Amino acid sequence: MSLWLPDRWLTTGSRICVVIASGLAILMIGFILIEALPALRQSGLSRLVGDAAWLASAGRFGVTPLLAASLAVTAGALVIAVPLGVLSALFLEVYAPAMIATGYHRMLELLAGVPSVVTGLWGLSEVVPWINRMQPPGQSLLAGCMVLALMILPVIALTSAMAVRRVIYEQRATALALGMRRDTFLVRIVLPLARRGILSGVVLAFVRAIGETMAVVMVCGNTVQIPSSLFSPVRTLTANIALEMGEASGFHRSALFLTALLLMVVIAATLLMPEDQSASPGGRHA
Amino acid sequence: MLDQVSRSVPDRLMKIASTLAALLVLLVFLHLTTGLLMSGLERLSWSFIRLEPLHSGRQGGISFVLMATGAVLAICLLISVPVSFGCALWIQDRSRSQVSRGRKWLQRCLDLLAGLPSIVFGLFGMTLFCHQLRMGYSILAGGLTLACMILPLQVRLASDALERVPDEYLRGAAALGLSRVRTLWHIVLPTALPGLMAGLLLSLGRAASETAALLFTSGYVTRRPTSLLDSGRTLPVHIYDLAMNIPGGEASASASAVVLMACLLVINVAAMHLAGRWRQTVSGE
Amino acid sequence: MRLAHGRCLPGGTWGILLMTLVVAPLWMATSGCSTSTTLPASATDQPAGRAVDQDQADPVAMPLQGRVILTGSSTIAPLIVEIAKRFEAQHPQVRVEVQTGGSARGVSDVRQGTADFGMVSRHLKPIEGDLVAYEIARDGICLIVHADNPVPSLSREQVLAIYRDEVADWKDVGGSQAPVVTVHKAEGRGTLEVFLSHFELKNEDIHPDVIAGDNLQAIKSVAGNPYAVGYVSIGAAEAEARLGTAIRLLPAGEIAATSSNVAEGRFPMVRPLTLVARDSLSPLASAFLAFVRSGQHTDLIEAQYFVPVAP
Repeated sequence: MSLWLPDRWLTTGSRICVVIASGLAILMIGFILIEALPALRQSGLSRLVGDAAWLASAGRFGVTPLLAASLAVTAGALVIAVPLGVLSALFLEVYAPAMIATGYHRMLELLAGVPSVVTGLWGLSEVVPWINRMQPPGQSLLAGCMVLALMILPVIALTSAMAVRRVIYEQRATALALGMRRDTFLVRIVLPLARRGILSGVVLAFVRAIGETMAVVMVCGNTVQIPSSLFSPVRTLTANIALEMGEASGFHRSALFLTALLLMVVIAATLLMPEDQSASPGGRHA
Repeated sequence: MLDQVSRSVPDRLMKIASTLAALLVLLVFLHLTTGLLMSGLERLSWSFIRLEPLHSGRQGGISFVLMATGAVLAICLLISVPVSFGCALWIQDRSRSQVSRGRKWLQRCLDLLAGLPSIVFGLFGMTLFCHQLRMGYSILAGGLTLACMILPLQVRLASDALERVPDEYLRGAAALGLSRVRTLWHIVLPTALPGLMAGLLLSLGRAASETAALLFTSGYVTRRPTSLLDSGRTLPVHIYDLAMNIPGGEASASASAVVLMACLLVINVAAMHLAGRWRQTVSGE
Repeated sequence: MRLAHGRCLPGGTWGILLMTLVVAPLWMATSGCSTSTTLPASATDQPAGRAVDQDQADPVAMPLQGRVILTGSSTIAPLIVEIAKRFEAQHPQVRVEVQTGGSARGVSDVRQGTADFGMVSRHLKPIEGDLVAYEIARDGICLIVHADNPVPSLSREQVLAIYRDEVADWKDVGGSQAPVVTVHKAEGRGTLEVFLSHFELKNEDIHPDVIAGDNLQAIKSVAGNPYAVGYVSIGAAEAEARLGTAIRLLPAGEIAATSSNVAEGRFPMVRPLTLVARDSLSPLASAFLAFVRSGQHTDLIEAQYFVPVAP
């Protein structure tokens, strides 16, 4: 342990930062728990799980359709965005000439900065009518997946690009020496070794997608039902909170916070799985 | 090797697939932005940036809103960048040679937070900063809430960037007897800088597009902000109000969105340029 | 936990966790986290709504000072912001702060004292009877269809049938063969409650295809779908239709859906736009309320596409 003063400041400083961050996490979880407490006390949890659907005015608070919709929309968005994002990353790092790569990089950063209300509006005025021509009403699970995919793609592409770039830098000499073909190199060496970085990006994208509110409110239709097809309108947990929080009071409001808590539990469960699987024995790739 | 001409079919297929994917993304982006440009063109002009919002934002401009947005983003970054970097340092610190679960747990808890809907963050920020800490509806409260929102994203991105610094560099530094601070400044930062900058810009983009959290903390007011404790709406909140609440406000909303994206572009280009220059001077590349 | 030489904070994972687990709950407990709050201190350190005036008899001519805070419905907020600008021009030392968050928020903020007025875009419920509502404008609600939809109007029975899912095709109500897409409003909205009470429906009997949050979202949903029908504020619909959005307002029976019909009281579906407050108001708040209801702001009210009420 270094005794030099600036070093100690650095260590102490970083520890203080961690205290701040974890304190924040505890405060947030505490806040939601406190807000959800009235609902919990009035057997809210059993109603959330047991009731068939969510209709606050009739006293029904079942979250099953909402949860199913959230998971479906997020899964669909990932299915679209992960392949496109990884391919974009390869384009950025391997196939594109330098100037085009810089331009594409800037474009991805800009795409990440588009407000969700703007993407939602674009979805409502362009994507929804297009889907409507295939199958009314247009506002649907599919529209939500497409709009969310657009929103999470920059994160996946940029983090994958960084991971891929590092692996290429480390491994290209070896591959050259072995006389490997470019596609073999990419598919068999680069992508597997960049797995952890790509997965990191996917985790970020997953949490962003499942927590997105504004855009899904506009394009998903917000009807409470378990999605029966890609074209059925759905309401996600987050859309539910956004739509009803402004006018809710008492048990209703508390129940909404309880759904936020449930959302956190679901995210926690989903996050625990891939992280444990991808932890390689060396602690990092290579 | 990576620049070679495609001679084999699989390689050519991969190249085509990647290019098509990139092209698709580009086309969608262009469709989105040209739609915005066409819809907002009538309102875009230099006076749009200079004037204050009039007639609920349908006329006039966005000057005060831009001021408030800049202030909120500045506070947000001022707080979240050091805190996230400190956390990332701590997480990466002793986890290089063994899987350090304890530190990963911090990362996971923060990831959990990142999945909460922004309206929950808004209510949290309102309760904590506006009410408990007596800031009221203010730019300060908005900046702090935004910092809380993007902290998980920044910690993960910074942590990833630091993780990519090769072990040999650090071992070499240790062998030379470099202190931690000097290792950080001369070796780790220049190496990790592209990743750190990319992470910073990504989270800046996320912060600049946040609506619901700020509606409850920095508020709805369009007056000129004179202090950090004044309420002032940010550009995304303004866009949301114009698009969803004010009939006939769509043109102004689109124009505001174009201005927001133009500002982001300028910041991104400037930041990358400065980072490149700094890297050259420090590491002598 | 012995601190090693040179350390000033217990390090390592467990040390950090211990510190945060101790600090955060302590703070939460002492500050009493909850949504019921105390009044946030204002920047000018003046309690909200208290006027410093020398002469009680003529509050409007006095140099009024202080802050007036209004929270609540985002429908009314733009109108109040414009009226407040005029008030601030007359009284330069007054600051009027308008925040949104929904009508329920307005009600709870007024009850807790964190706001002087709540902006509520619906009738007050019976349990909210401890508050006083002052109507400042009116807003009609009508049904809209896509501009290309040939159906000229819908009778009361037809609307009931459509929203109760008894009619699924436009040809059953006089249109071309196409599926009916019903656009409904989210719970708690004033528009929804007026619609339900006028047509004597219960929310659980309706199985809509699309639920919209704001009026403009409903308008855009209908404008983007040739088979859609929905109901929105007349003012917003008129404004958007005039700008070229592809919607058409349906009359209620014989009465056309226009703002003038609402103003003359002929249109059946109307909701009040109100400011609610507690029984006693501070002098500054009373002055502001009197200003808002003075009848001088019909131009602002009509600019927001609402209908003025007689002062």
